[in-house]
Amino acid sequence: MPDGVIGTGIGAVVKRVEDFRFLTGNGNYTDDINRPGQTYAYMLRSPHAHATINSIDTAVAEAAPGVVAVFTGDDMQVGGLPCGWQIHSEDGSPMHEPPHPSLAQGKVRHVGDQVAVVIAETLEQAKTAATLINIDYGILPAVMDMKAAEAGGTLVHEEIETNKCYDWGIGDKSAVDEALASSAHITEIDIVNNRLIPNAMEPRAAVAEFNKATSEYTVYTTSQNPHVIRLLMGAFVLSVPEHKLRIIAPDVGGGFGSKIFLYAEETIITWASTKVGRPIKWTAERSESFMTDAHGRDHVTHAKLGMDENGIFTALKVETYANMGAYLSTFATSVPTYLYATLLAGVYKTPVIYANVKAIFTNTVPVDAYRGAGRPEASYLLERIVDRAAREMGIEQVDIRQRNMISADAFPYQTPVALEYDSGDYQATLASAMKLAETSGFDLRKKESQARGKKRGIGYSTYIEACGIAPSAVAGALGARAGLYESAEVRVHPTGSVTVFTGSHSHGQGHETTFAQIVSEQLGIPIENIEINHGDTGNVQFGMGTYGSRSLAVGGEALLRATNKIIDKASKIAAHCLEAAVDDIEFKEGNFTVSGTDKSMAFGEVALTAYVPHNFPHDELEPGLDETAFYDPANFTFPGGCHICEVEIDPETGVTEVKNFTAVDDIGRVINPMIVEGQVHGGVAQGIGQALLEGCSYDSDGQLLTGSYMDYTMPRADNVPNFKVGTQSTLCTHNTLGVKGVGEVGAIGSPPAVINAIVDALSDMGVTDISMPATPSKVWQSIQSAKASS
Amino acid sequence: MHDFNYHKTSNIEEAVKVHMGAEDGTYMAGGQTLLPTLKQRLAAPTDIIDIAGVTELNTITVSDDVSLGSMATHASVANSSEVSSAIPALATLAAGIGDPQVRNRGTIGGSVANNDPAADYPAACLALNATITTNRRKIVADDFFTGMFETALEENELITSVSFPKPDKAAYMKFPNPASRYAIVGVFVALFGTDVRVAVTGAGDNGVFRPTEIENSLSSSFTASALDDTTISPDDLLSDIHAQSDYRASLIITMAKRAVAAAS
Repeated sequence: MPDGVIGTGIGAVVKRVEDFRFLTGNGNYTDDINRPGQTYAYMLRSPHAHATINSIDTAVAEAAPGVVAVFTGDDMQVGGLPCGWQIHSEDGSPMHEPPHPSLAQGKVRHVGDQVAVVIAETLEQAKTAATLINIDYGILPAVMDMKAAEAGGTLVHEEIETNKCYDWGIGDKSAVDEALASSAHITEIDIVNNRLIPNAMEPRAAVAEFNKATSEYTVYTTSQNPHVIRLLMGAFVLSVPEHKLRIIAPDVGGGFGSKIFLYAEETIITWASTKVGRPIKWTAERSESFMTDAHGRDHVTHAKLGMDENGIFTALKVETYANMGAYLSTFATSVPTYLYATLLAGVYKTPVIYANVKAIFTNTVPVDAYRGAGRPEASYLLERIVDRAAREMGIEQVDIRQRNMISADAFPYQTPVALEYDSGDYQATLASAMKLAETSGFDLRKKESQARGKKRGIGYSTYIEACGIAPSAVAGALGARAGLYESAEVRVHPTGSVTVFTGSHSHGQGHETTFAQIVSEQLGIPIENIEINHGDTGNVQFGMGTYGSRSLAVGGEALLRATNKIIDKASKIAAHCLEAAVDDIEFKEGNFTVSGTDKSMAFGEVALTAYVPHNFPHDELEPGLDETAFYDPANFTFPGGCHICEVEIDPETGVTEVKNFTAVDDIGRVINPMIVEGQVHGGVAQGIGQALLEGCSYDSDGQLLTGSYMDYTMPRADNVPNFKVGTQSTLCTHNTLGVKGVGEVGAIGSPPAVINAIVDALSDMGVTDISMPATPSKVWQSIQSAKASS
Repeated sequence: MHDFNYHKTSNIEEAVKVHMGAEDGTYMAGGQTLLPTLKQRLAAPTDIIDIAGVTELNTITVSDDVSLGSMATHASVANSSEVSSAIPALATLAAGIGDPQVRNRGTIGGSVANNDPAADYPAACLALNATITTNRRKIVADDFFTGMFETALEENELITSVSFPKPDKAAYMKFPNPASRYAIVGVFVALFGTDVRVAVTGAGDNGVFRPTEIENSLSSSFTASALDDTTISPDDLLSDIHAQSDYRASLIITMAKRAVAAAS
């Protein structure tokens, strides 16, 4: 703990203050909220992946017991759900943006697409009535395969005359082709980044209410960014001005990205609340979450890595197909472009890189950001191709990485794919992880496994990612339709306690603790005197919310700057009271002192004076102690690190057990080490989930085969080992806190470490690749194929 | 959930009588399959006859054989020291069904009557040559399981107990589906004197079955190595996104070997 910390400041292991209410069942989630006269909405969803709606007959349903109203797309003629990031194709043309209606307009495009909403006195009545709606569908072939869809044939959206949303590129293609042509060796790889279903513990839900007296809407919803929802829903879909639309995201039970986006259901019930004149509640059932929460990943990639005779990388060429699903979700278009291809340098000095990304519409659930969003796809691709390159070149895994890493004295480092890394020491995180993982003992452990008939392997991942999204100017130049700053208001009360209003949103991250620690450190007051308030557009200034590991790096920095403003103002008040010059006031450990004297005032005394300004010179000094800061970062932050995985495989059954998992991450300054450790644990568990267990599967008709926990495998406690977690940090150079962000590192760094370990374990049998998720069945099949071809 | 009439009954006679009077009735034991099915509106019985209050069906009796009342929960079987010492494999099997919530509600009668192709108990019944007793008759396991979700039970017939002869050696090895943790392959091996009985659940496209190839190999020597050259044809095995039939065929041999090695 740094000097001067009073036990709850920066670097302290403070227990999460929010956990008491969560663990004792006293959280207040959207579904816990009930309004007088509330009705219930049930969404009738398409059972078909692709079909025209020839007719809908709702007459019988409308007459069913308890039914208040039934609406279809014909009734809801409002704006479509907008996409927040415009991408331009390489030829300069803007991306195709087909309409994204909340209720289907004449056609359904994925299983689960909303066709009608039934609003009734009870949910059971709404569900029963929904079975009485008669729909005549004209079933169309489902567009499922991205490469076939690119070629044409059946169109998901006829009006855009193609299934390709954009055909985007970054980097110098001719320089890459040239460098590859003169490379001593080229390693090639085909990579599928498996589609994932988010599975937040709390399903999405919303309660919408329209107040006739004030013409004001209040919407409780499960969101990571309520102000963004207010802007998108109000300005683009329903034409409701912000001062008449209040969005409240109360306690939210996990998001992982899936609760960033504006969804149809919250929009439908907000619109319908004026029609029925009563509050409406909608809560997703788990099976609805599977078929409507935006999915993650789903890339198909071919890549080539050129090397000289010493294994030094000369060029990287990447061609990726990215699945958009049936419609463009809010940030879908940015994920496989600026959040993916800009990370393809990784931690390496590859001099030239070119990536082409084709975004394709299919008859599947929309795909958007999911923990890591683009960066796991980049790290997986890079760390897999580097692993293969090492094997082909006969170079040790550690060695090939060390030979190619950007050195610690090379920062700031400009990559060939737009980003400028500010700080890092990749050799140090690698060395630190190897020590923690006791890699020197691996050979012995492998022998021991062999003696038990098991195959043991070790896999490395030295990854980097970009967080703290984003400098608004950069994002804007790249097509973002929003700024990406963050805001904080610090309101000091007359007796010295503090309420913070942050535009960030906490849905499991522990902001109520971490942010309070920053205030405690800055103002020298105990954490019990600080309340962190977020999630209600009715009382929080405009903010951009939580995603992309940005809360601390952007929101925390905004908070720090607001506390600096508080200290400045309080110093002026203290100077006035103590009859000193403001430059002579020192603030330390919660006391304002006239330097060189024993004259001082405690923070609480200054706060009281601010609100009881009996002798303020009002032309120089305003009453009150309440400051706001908006912070727009100068650059992204670049957390990175080294993950090392050891697996043991039972060759008879194909079962892979993760025996050891070590993560050493560079996340900048650590505010709360315990929360950091928890974030890494959760992220790595999700990464192991992607690598070994989770895979969304559709059949060729577009039916979701993994539509429940019977078939979609979530990671459980017995799927993961006790993690070894460490930090080896360099400080971010462009924010005062020196923080980089930790929310996604686990999910970004871990999948390639797991797969590389499996390939290592099976390499002596001739296995060179295995796709995610590496299920027992797939591992067994790989072993059989390798046996058959040897 | 569709509307239905709910009947709480307290003895076998009453339960059967109510069922006979119902238009489309169904017994409810632990409800671990029935309730989710109802909630998803995949079943619409007119009447549910709850037999949780029929206490005479709860008894566990161990003498020459192990007799489990049809309402014996998986937890009560798993935790019974008498069952554990008489047929340890049976207690182990019960301890591995579902999760604690399921084990505290789910019953052997419900499991056997439902005959889910991935359920564990049918493998124990078939391998241990169990006798299923109903309110009308006794049915041997070989005649009881007639296909996927199909049994020899007739309309209104109610299982009252399942009795298992004590084997000399037995063991159950389950390879769970990574997602649901139901059996992808579950193999129960049992040795009675020189007789070997083996049953496989989770893998057959017609439900639980006895693999004669394995029984023949083990009859000559009840050792894992006796199966070194034994193979199972994938032709009649299930194939799905979790396991193709050739993988299941391989797992059956592997699980059978491990069961034999573990048998006690």
